[in-house]
Amino acid sequence: MGVLPTFHTKSSMQRISAISRQTMQVLDIVIQGILLGGLYALYAAGLSLIFGVMRLVNLAHGDLIVLAAYLLLALSTGFGLPLPFALIIALPFFFALGYALQSVLFNRSLGAQVLPALLVSFGLSIIVQNGVLELFSADSRKLSLSSIDAMSIDLAGISVGVLPLATFFLAVLLLGSLSWVFYRTPLGRILRATSDSAEIAQLMGINPRRVFAIAMGLSFIVIVLAALCMGLRANFDPSAGPARLLYAFEAVVIGGLGSLWGTLVGGIVLGIPQALGGAIDTEWQVLTGHLVFLCALLLRPAGLFPRQVQA
Amino acid sequence: MTESNATAGHVAPATSEVSSSYRMQMGTRTAPVIGSVAALVMLALIGLPAIAPRDLLQNLTLLFFLLTLAQCWNLLAGYAGLVSVGQQAFVGIGAYVLFALVALADIEPLLAGVVAAMISLPVGVAAFRLRGPYFAVVTWVIAEIFRLLFAQLKELGGGTGMSLPRSASRIAGMEWVSAAFGVRGPAARDIIIYWAALGLAALVIAGVYLALRSRLGLALAAIKDDEIAAESFGVGSLTAKFGIYVATAFATGLAGALIFLQKSRISPDAAFAVVDWTAYIIFIVVIGGIGTIEGPIIGAILFVLLQNQMADLGPIYLTLLGALAIAVMLIAPKGVWGSTAERFGLQLFPTQRRLVVRTEPTHTSVAEGERHA
Repeated sequence: MGVLPTFHTKSSMQRISAISRQTMQVLDIVIQGILLGGLYALYAAGLSLIFGVMRLVNLAHGDLIVLAAYLLLALSTGFGLPLPFALIIALPFFFALGYALQSVLFNRSLGAQVLPALLVSFGLSIIVQNGVLELFSADSRKLSLSSIDAMSIDLAGISVGVLPLATFFLAVLLLGSLSWVFYRTPLGRILRATSDSAEIAQLMGINPRRVFAIAMGLSFIVIVLAALCMGLRANFDPSAGPARLLYAFEAVVIGGLGSLWGTLVGGIVLGIPQALGGAIDTEWQVLTGHLVFLCALLLRPAGLFPRQVQA
Repeated sequence: MTESNATAGHVAPATSEVSSSYRMQMGTRTAPVIGSVAALVMLALIGLPAIAPRDLLQNLTLLFFLLTLAQCWNLLAGYAGLVSVGQQAFVGIGAYVLFALVALADIEPLLAGVVAAMISLPVGVAAFRLRGPYFAVVTWVIAEIFRLLFAQLKELGGGTGMSLPRSASRIAGMEWVSAAFGVRGPAARDIIIYWAALGLAALVIAGVYLALRSRLGLALAAIKDDEIAAESFGVGSLTAKFGIYVATAFATGLAGALIFLQKSRISPDAAFAVVDWTAYIIFIVVIGGIGTIEGPIIGAILFVLLQNQMADLGPIYLTLLGALAIAVMLIAPKGVWGSTAERFGLQLFPTQRRLVVRTEPTHTSVAEGERHA
């Protein structure tokens, strides 16, 4: 993209095509990174949602995504259900699970101190991770939707996988729906009111514990969708959870704590360097992402789209 | 800040006026007895290798390592309010620095801990940008970064790790121990590492105890009660927390170096394992009793006993341990020791400050509103 030679001799033509091929390669990687960012936004949206409503960082978030992926796997391969049907069963089940966990565990741990909530979610993470390991062994597994698994479309000379593209659009759709729920519906008004001040919301006749349980249920619905995309995209095993939590957390922090659309930007900011690092050396993929996160943290600790929160 | 410091200066004479009718008391009457019992236990433990079988020594070595890590995490989370999920970073750094120094330059383990502590400075700067739960996850990310970086170092075995070179299986004092106890080389090596682990655990407990009885302990108690109010009285909360973070990183790094000196084999996944060096440690502290010195001791003993009984269960064991920790946190958040001590008024390591009212010169009574410090 620098200065192009004015005389197009044969060798310079070759150079131009070499340069443009390189540019296309980089562009290709960047697009893969942006689409990867969509997946990270799905990981992050559920985490961001419960942070926004109740200032809770759920350390079991990644392991719950893996649990949901195994549930989808069990329903689709174990019971021979088509994946869409498995999804229809898993979504309400996970909503109920989230609602129950919040009512039984997390509501008791929320308070002025950060330790109880952190410890309960960390304990839950260990329980889920080892429970899944006991039930499904350490083998890595994958979800399959045979029709579109390996399909790709051609966008101006760059081949883009249908699955990553669909993941990205699902993320946009999901964030749009969540925003709509938050800012346009009575439920959203209650969620925002409780987020601003649980005490005052209570004075208005709202039961904050129930609102928290609903928020956790919503977060668990997002977890199932994230699990679907994760499982279709790549292999997963019982130990895959913590890494998913860290990507989600990084996307949330880069985007700005508590900002829904920020998670998409954060996911993309994380996805592009991961794709670039991965193109240089596969071992550098995750490391590059973590390092970019640390730089972002040092330069903009409040994230790109900070929201005023009393953390 | 400067303005509030000035106000604190004006307040000072008033508090000294109060102190003429109140006296601060920190010790307990049983403290000398407990002190001498502790000294006897310590002597017995030092002499134990003369009679104890090798597997008991190995179990005790593990206990001392876990105890060191637990005391460090307890100081961070229980006293300084810094809930870290990334202490495995310092275990791994300490261990890897030891392996590097031994493999490349033949330098002693203590230095490995020093280097680990120095690395904790920049790590702390990054992690301290966030508070509360975010601090926790950032420490985890940083530990992951170190794990991935060490996996890149081909000189140290890359992702698969390395064994200590044969020359390094001999450590200082082995001949002497072999001769004195009449044991072979590997057993003598175990005995020396046992003493090192015992010494480290004892030093860390003594260090935590003295720190909590010092000005720093009072500052931490004030910060824990109300950070903003404490700062307005001139307590440098950031300095106190940062100092604690670096000090615990130092001890954790030393423990990591010794743990992997004993194992003689290292890999990035083992050295930076979040389950081994953080999850277990958190469970030990919470089950034993967070925010006390006695709690981690009880927790570590319970953990080693449980592990010997139930390690065969594999993943189920971890699931049960996680459930137990959650149950303790929700039902009896003070843990085994905290609940027992509260009931019977026990205090083996007196770090609480109490105001004693002087009504008459000879007669003293404990004032209302004991402050936990």
